[in-house]
Amino acid sequence: MIEHLLVPILSGTIVAATPLIYAAIGELVAERSGVVNLGVEGIMLIGTVTAFAVAFAGYPAFVAGLAAAGAGALASLVFAVLALSLATNQYAAGLALTILGSGLSAFIGHNFGSASLKTIAKIHVPILSDLPVIGPVLFAHDAMTYLALAITAAVWWFLYRTKAGLVVRIVGEAPQSAHAIGYPVIFIRYLTTMFGGSMAGLGGAYLALAYTPLWVENMTAGRGWIALALVVFAAWRPGRVLLGAWLFGGVTVLQLFAQGIGIKVPSELLSSLPYIATIIVLVAISRNPQTLRLNAPVSLGQSFRPQG
Amino acid sequence: MSAYRLELCGVTKRYPGIVANDGISLQVGPGEIHAVLGENGAGKSTLMKIIYGAVEADSGDVLWNGEKVKIANPAAARRLGIGMVYQHFSLFESVSVVENIAVAMSGRFDLPALSTRIVRLSERYGLPVDPNRLLHHLSVGERQRVEIIRCLLQNPKLLILDEPTSVLTPQAVRRLFEVLRTLAAEGCSILYISHKLDEIRELCDTATVLRSGRVVGTASPKLVSAAELARFMVGAELPDVHRDPVALTPHPRLEAIGLSARSDDPFGTDLSDLSLAVHGGEILGIAGVSGNGQGELLSLLSGERTASADMIQLDGQPVGDLPVADRRALGVAFVPEERLGRGAVPTISLADNGLLTAHADGLVKRGFIDRQRVAGFAKAIISQFGVKCTGPAALAHSLSGGNLQKFIVGREISLSPRVLIVSQPTWGVDVAASAFIRQALIDLSRSGAAVLVISEELEELFQISDRIAVIYQGRLSRATSRTATNVEEIGLLMAGVGPAFQTAA
Repeated sequence: MIEHLLVPILSGTIVAATPLIYAAIGELVAERSGVVNLGVEGIMLIGTVTAFAVAFAGYPAFVAGLAAAGAGALASLVFAVLALSLATNQYAAGLALTILGSGLSAFIGHNFGSASLKTIAKIHVPILSDLPVIGPVLFAHDAMTYLALAITAAVWWFLYRTKAGLVVRIVGEAPQSAHAIGYPVIFIRYLTTMFGGSMAGLGGAYLALAYTPLWVENMTAGRGWIALALVVFAAWRPGRVLLGAWLFGGVTVLQLFAQGIGIKVPSELLSSLPYIATIIVLVAISRNPQTLRLNAPVSLGQSFRPQG
Repeated sequence: MSAYRLELCGVTKRYPGIVANDGISLQVGPGEIHAVLGENGAGKSTLMKIIYGAVEADSGDVLWNGEKVKIANPAAARRLGIGMVYQHFSLFESVSVVENIAVAMSGRFDLPALSTRIVRLSERYGLPVDPNRLLHHLSVGERQRVEIIRCLLQNPKLLILDEPTSVLTPQAVRRLFEVLRTLAAEGCSILYISHKLDEIRELCDTATVLRSGRVVGTASPKLVSAAELARFMVGAELPDVHRDPVALTPHPRLEAIGLSARSDDPFGTDLSDLSLAVHGGEILGIAGVSGNGQGELLSLLSGERTASADMIQLDGQPVGDLPVADRRALGVAFVPEERLGRGAVPTISLADNGLLTAHADGLVKRGFIDRQRVAGFAKAIISQFGVKCTGPAALAHSLSGGNLQKFIVGREISLSPRVLIVSQPTWGVDVAASAFIRQALIDLSRSGAAVLVISEELEELFQISDRIAVIYQGRLSRATSRTATNVEEIGLLMAGVGPAFQTAA
């Protein structure tokens, strides 16, 4: 009995967390370099509609995923030109991008009515996938789920073990100093912003290709905002982003089950639980001022203009 | 092949409304220690940034070992063999020493190997530093060592140091000079930027003097007196401050008793059991290397942070728990360290900046601002304190550092405070304005006010203070009369050496 509940809950947790992991880990890299892109929600929506359109046209899923990542990078390029080259306010430019993204996705998605896609294939690992409980929970997901984890690990390694990652961190901490010792601050921020955009695009693609392969408007339902919050409350650390995403996924699935068995609590309240729980837990574990001071990018959200 | 390592010919750099460098020429030979001497705003920093590739000159040539070169960016400068130690370090707080150094190095990213090289180099030159510590744990002096090591690891042929001693104790300055002399003996040329005449006379072979962006001459600093150099630099006779002793008030006007507080900043300094007393009629100077609790002390004295009531007393009245406005109403005035953003709002006029702290002086009637009186108040400060500006409507950030500081000090003094608390009164201020401000502080104290000056410039403190105390790691030494101590003794205290800081641990 327990197994019948436990397996779908845990397995569902990992699935529900995946789009958040993509969006948050990409934004984390951008924020580490000092760029806050409030357009994550909009970019995810652009990714969703791109992936849906490409897959709907009959192309294989990995092409749809790549197209979504490309579209996300392109959308963030618009943001980058405004916020980095023209030094407009990052918050305003990001909000504008979110509005653009949601409008654009609704406009394009109009053509799909409520069409549906075939979900991408689950990977079957011999022996491992057949293990009881562990098999279906950990070894029966699609490639995009595993890719998200691989990217998280790669980002951690990049930030803390490579020189390029160190440069991203110092650009976020003190862009003037980084400029003074000869790093192209704006170019580096372009790269991190576009990485963030392509990851948000992939997160959106996951929603269309695997999570709910049925077109509905505004499929992200605020996940872009949660991803942004995750980055902050995870104190800009990849491992905590992963934890936060799983927590969010877990509570999402749990409250769905609770609604399913008809608990007498308003469904709106239950639906808001994952958001509340994630934020409370992350705030609680990231309260240490030392941690925040060491990890928070000091120049976050500030335009950089090289001074002579 | 020229005998010079670096030669500048007619280097010019214009900024909107100002010529920062006007046809500057100078030559530095191998192993020469060459001073670039000038006031704040004379164009020293711009010139160094041109040599280091951080700023591009409008015209003129840079010759490196006799060949014309174009230094497009700092990386190109480093490839030539030019290293730079900035006045405000280009270091990163949240990463370790070795990582701070690695970001500026080309080649393979191998932190353990680099750490070994750092340790070896630091032993060779007597610059001890632990490569694995996070930078924010280091004192200012240690940070400078990191910057210097970072330069030395690239085997520079020319090392530029921009005001390197402003953050050091006198003893640390001497150690730095030994390192620089060793380097020069090994053939490295050194460009030493400073406005401190004694240091230049002690260290440098040649001095190029800049005034308002132009070379006004070259001198052998060891052969001329400090006064001559000063005249050269300022272009006029140096004004001297004068003070007459007056009778002190019988009781201290400002008193801190056992002041302890944890810093708001996790990287800040906690204050522990700090006591001081300033009488009317005197200036108490607080010396110390920055980051030893000065910021915390100032925010507690001003009321930006509050303590328990008895810890701070004003003419015997407990005020420790009062916020800034209440303390100001009781006759305390403040001049903070940051002129723009704290002492004055950069984007509003001088008149409005005057209003900010003088609003209780009849500038506001029934809730309405009396514009005429506000302008009159600003005008009076401008004329009385010789502030060079276009008038009360000038925006604060349009003034030079020295003029804005004169305005801010003038504004506070015009309130006729019982107690004036000043931090870094002449930081980045030109010589003439500095002398004026120092005299104004002395005059205020002689009129019966208690003046507390926190400064990192020992020379300044010895010029104006009646008594001097030293703050070190959040503790304050006993104040001693200026005439009973000397720079050497205060310098040791600044490094934490001496019985004054020993606590029963």
